[in-house]
This record gives sequence, C-alpha cells and structure tokens, in this order.
Amino acid sequence: MVKLKKDTFKIGNKKLKSRLIVGTGKYKNFYETAKAVKASGADMVTVAVRRINILDKKKPILTDYLNPKKIVYLPNTAGCFNSIEALRTLRLAREMGGWKLVKLEVLGDKKTLYPNMIETLESTKILVKEGFKVMVYCTDDPLFAKKLEDCGASAIMPLASPIGSGLGLQNKINISMIIKQSRVPVIVDAGIGTASDATIAMELGCDGVLINSAIAKAKKPVLMAKAFKDAVISGRNSYLAGRMSKNNLAIPSSPYKGLI
Amino acid sequence: MNSLIMAKIQLNGKKVDIKTNYSIFDLLKKYKLLNKKVAIEYNGQIIPKGSFKKKYLKHNDKIEIVHFIGGG
Repeated sequence: MVKLKKDTFKIGNKKLKSRLIVGTGKYKNFYETAKAVKASGADMVTVAVRRINILDKKKPILTDYLNPKKIVYLPNTAGCFNSIEALRTLRLAREMGGWKLVKLEVLGDKKTLYPNMIETLESTKILVKEGFKVMVYCTDDPLFAKKLEDCGASAIMPLASPIGSGLGLQNKINISMIIKQSRVPVIVDAGIGTASDATIAMELGCDGVLINSAIAKAKKPVLMAKAFKDAVISGRNSYLAGRMSKNNLAIPSSPYKGLI
Repeated sequence: MNSLIMAKIQLNGKKVDIKTNYSIFDLLKKYKLLNKKVAIEYNGQIIPKGSFKKKYLKHNDKIEIVHFIGGG
C-alpha cells in the first residue's frame, strides 16, 4: 500500500486536525451550535466579543456549550468598522483567555461588508507588534494579500463573495494567485454557499475554509456541517492527488487492442 | 438619600447604583460572573484579573464587561 505523507495544518504555532473552521453565529440556539460544530469535525471556531447581559443572570452563554479547553476559540472583530474598535475588541479577547491567535476583520461598508483594507493593514501591523498571531479577513486582491503577509499576518483570509451571501467562489483566478504567492495559510472566508463550493476552494489549493452561514442557515444545519466536513476532506485529497489534464477531445478509457 | 448608595456608575451602557468601597471584584460577585470567562474595561482601560480586588469604583466610572458570543 502506498503510504501517504502526513498532511499537517498549522496556523501560527497552532496545529489543527481539521481544515474546516466554523463560525458559531446565526444558529437557532446554543444546543444546535454545539451539535453542528461536533458534526463538522472542526477543532477551531470563531467567536465574537460582546457586552454581557447583566440583567439576566440565568441566560445561557456560549462557553457552557462549547468548552474553550476542548475547542480552539478564534476571537473575531466582526462588526468593527475601524482599527480602534478592532484593536479594542482583540485586546479584550486576549485578556479573557490569553488568546493570541485572532481573526481580524475591519469592515468598510455595511451593505457589502467588504473589508476596509487600509485600516486592516494598519491594524495588522499594530497587532503583530503586540504579539498577536493575526488571521486576516481581506479582499481577494493579490497585492493586498501580499502586503498583509509582509506585515506579519499568520493567515490570509480572502472572501469568496460577500459575507453571508452564499454566492460561492466568485473569483477563482484571484484566489489561485493568492495561494500561489503565499507562504502562510490561505483560508477562504465568507460567501461559501454549499458543500461543493468548499470542495472547489480546497481543490484550488486553499489551506482551509471558514464557514458559518452556509451551515447555520441550511435547513438541517447538523447534516450540512457533516456535508462540509466531507467536502473539505474530499477537496483537499483531490488537490493533493493532482487532477488529470483537460483535453478538448475524447480519449477512450478502454484499449482498442484486442477488440473483437 | 440612602447612605449606602454612594455612586452611580455606567455598567455596559446602563446606569447602576453602587455602594461605597465597591471593587470590580465585588461587582463581578454581585452579577455572578466571578468564574465566567469575561474581560473588564474600566474607563477605557483593560483591567487584568489580578487587579479586580484592588480597583475601587467611583462616581461616573464607565465599566464594560464583555464575553464571547456566537459569531462568524
């Protein structure tokens, strides 16, 4: 039997078993969140930082359902529209549990939720200087992706299409260019709509994908989580196996020799 | 005026009355948050866990208590 080379995945210093990272937003309740996360096989989940509800002491909280000691929490800056807000959020997240590996997103526009790349670059520089390992949500512009890497980003996270749109991979050429030039992991973040989109991203050579809405907003989120798990493994194996070349004409699969 | 209520602080955007000699530790105890994963911002400054007992609240202080919620 052919022994396959061990396929490891590392972001910053963090070794991950799964190349699927899942978000924890938009679910019906925490119970469903926990079940979907488990079915996805992900060992890293994104979480947001918000004010605690001080009036309702009995309200369930995320950490009761997803144990941060068992699954890697990746604090994000969702909802931050400038560098100051994003830095404040991540410094608080670090204080909460010592998290140095974080996901930075500085949004630029409420309608498209496109990242403000100028603020994103500046924030990345500051966070890297403060010792953070920064995974950065960004546009699919190869030049900005390169600049982020030069600033010390731990992972480049270009969007497939706008956040929550489910439109899938809209610019395969750019994503491929980013993959080719990057020495840090490239993780497609945002816009994936269904399992096959994730497979396509992985076949292009992405190191991982981050999925939230496509699982949480599926009719059966737990089953969709399993579908994504398989899709990512499949896409990765397909990438590693190396696809056949394309031909414009047919090439028979059975030999002509010995034909009766 | 109740002599025990000495100050009004703003906690997560809401006005809250507190007693005198009240620390951040006392505040977290009151809201049953001592063993929860939370972070505290005191007048815009992050307060490390080790200083919760030392930091006393005064009139007009702004406190933010944050935690992790679901997000993508």
